[in-house]
Amino acid sequence: MQEPILSIRGLTKTYRGGPRALDNVDLDIRKGEIFALLGPNGAGKTTLIGAVCGLVRPSGGTITAFGQDLAKDWRKARARIGLVPQELATDMFETVWRAVAYSQGLFGKPYDPARLEEILRSLSLWDKKDAQIRALSGGMKRRVLIAKALAHEPELLFLDEPTAGVDVELRKDMWQQIAALKQRGVTIILTTHYIEEAEEMADRVGIIQRGRIRMVDEKRAMMERLGTTEAVIDLAAPLAEVPAALAAFALELSEGGTRLTYRGGNGEGRGRAEVAQLTQALTRAGIAFTSLDIHDSSLEDIFVGLLGEKEAA
Amino acid sequence: MHFNLRSAYAIYKREMARAFRTAFQSILSPVLTTSLYFVVFGSVIGARMEPVDGVPYGAFIIPGLLMLTLLGETTSNASFGIYMPRFTGTIYELLSAPVGVAETLAGFVGAAATKGLILAAIILGTARLFVDYEIAHPLLAAVYIMLVASSFALFGFILGIWADSFEKLGIIPMLILTPLTFLGGTFYSIRDLPAPWDAIALANPIAFLVSGLRYSFYGVSDVPIGVSLGLTLGFLTVCTIIIAVIFRTGWRLRE
Repeated sequence: MQEPILSIRGLTKTYRGGPRALDNVDLDIRKGEIFALLGPNGAGKTTLIGAVCGLVRPSGGTITAFGQDLAKDWRKARARIGLVPQELATDMFETVWRAVAYSQGLFGKPYDPARLEEILRSLSLWDKKDAQIRALSGGMKRRVLIAKALAHEPELLFLDEPTAGVDVELRKDMWQQIAALKQRGVTIILTTHYIEEAEEMADRVGIIQRGRIRMVDEKRAMMERLGTTEAVIDLAAPLAEVPAALAAFALELSEGGTRLTYRGGNGEGRGRAEVAQLTQALTRAGIAFTSLDIHDSSLEDIFVGLLGEKEAA
Repeated sequence: MHFNLRSAYAIYKREMARAFRTAFQSILSPVLTTSLYFVVFGSVIGARMEPVDGVPYGAFIIPGLLMLTLLGETTSNASFGIYMPRFTGTIYELLSAPVGVAETLAGFVGAAATKGLILAAIILGTARLFVDYEIAHPLLAAVYIMLVASSFALFGFILGIWADSFEKLGIIPMLILTPLTFLGGTFYSIRDLPAPWDAIALANPIAFLVSGLRYSFYGVSDVPIGVSLGLTLGFLTVCTIIIAVIFRTGWRLRE
């Protein structure tokens, strides 16, 4: 397999007088993927990003980016990494154009107005280029931060909660932007607590809780392994027990025998196929039903289940 | 050892742009303050004063007044330059950029030296409206002004990293720099003070700075120019070392 673009080993961070924000984190990021780091507030997502980007001094462990040890070759590596922070930290009195041009220079790139124009246009900021940042809306400021992070054409981009506090329309827009960056070959690591976001965007998902990585897997595999389909069938007449004809299905009878609940499958269609077979079996057995409700468990259900389980443990 | 020239230049340009954005404050306020000093001390009171060291009083106070404004402006400008990004959170970008202490200081200090020269030119131009004077060693004066501006930009930089409130940011220039400059021979020659005050006054490092600048203007000084230059260079070195240590340890910059 190809060498990971970012490799973290044994990363630990203890804030002075505070809790252990990162506890022996191992993580490999593959070139070209979108990796979503999911976790509740205070789980260590921002600290992890900070440690890679130079905002946080790790207490222990090694970080290797592009095959170079960040503790030694940080200058070269950082020129290839971009960061969009969670907070809307912008130079309020600067114009959009100057702010983005500054980022380009700061990261060691020659002034390239054509490139800046392309970035600003792609983020719908072009007609705001001469506006002071303080005059922009929150969503626009977020885009300015993205534009600044893209000004030096990073190969590895960190997006810390890119859509926090952003309205639904802008969030969809942002997802398209991120997808476009992936198309251009940028490796993206995003943190989020919107599971919908990870489900929509990510190739792989890592779940972090209390400074530890709980699970890292392909999103698809994770949903297959842990995902289920649930079907709730309301019956026309109550049953005393699950009929033998339906014994092959994972069924549960409730509501005084008037409701059959199916749980099974793998989150990748097998459950739905079984539900289809189940309805045929019901018809063959002459059991009439009045309603049928199917839903697949989402990453969110998996996430909540996993965290709840660990929390209890 | 790498040095990202473009990064340093980006910081320099940004710092200069910041000064021009607040040009009203950066330029007009020193012009106004200096004018007031010249009206009061230069023209009104100065007319009744004896020449000091053979220099007419109005001209005699120019280097001191220049130093007064230069120290105050440079220190507060540099301290704000680094404090504000810390305060608003925009410092994340500097910390995540491929720049170290060398690029950061080259940008910040280079801009401070430039601004110091511009400020000095403005003050000297303003002074010219009130009194006649000639500069004996213009090149030395320019170098000395840049040296002092750079030193106090570094000092302000340390102040801006140390401060965790606006109050602390303002307290050092107000409580230390201004009194020391006033007492450092801005309006009189240290040698004219009665004993033991002439010796005590030399415990004030800023007296050496004022004296050094006065030498470059009129060829007269309270202490030898070499001592003034040495002290300024020493201060510059100490501040640079402190900042290098701050960057190395990440104190108040990196968590």
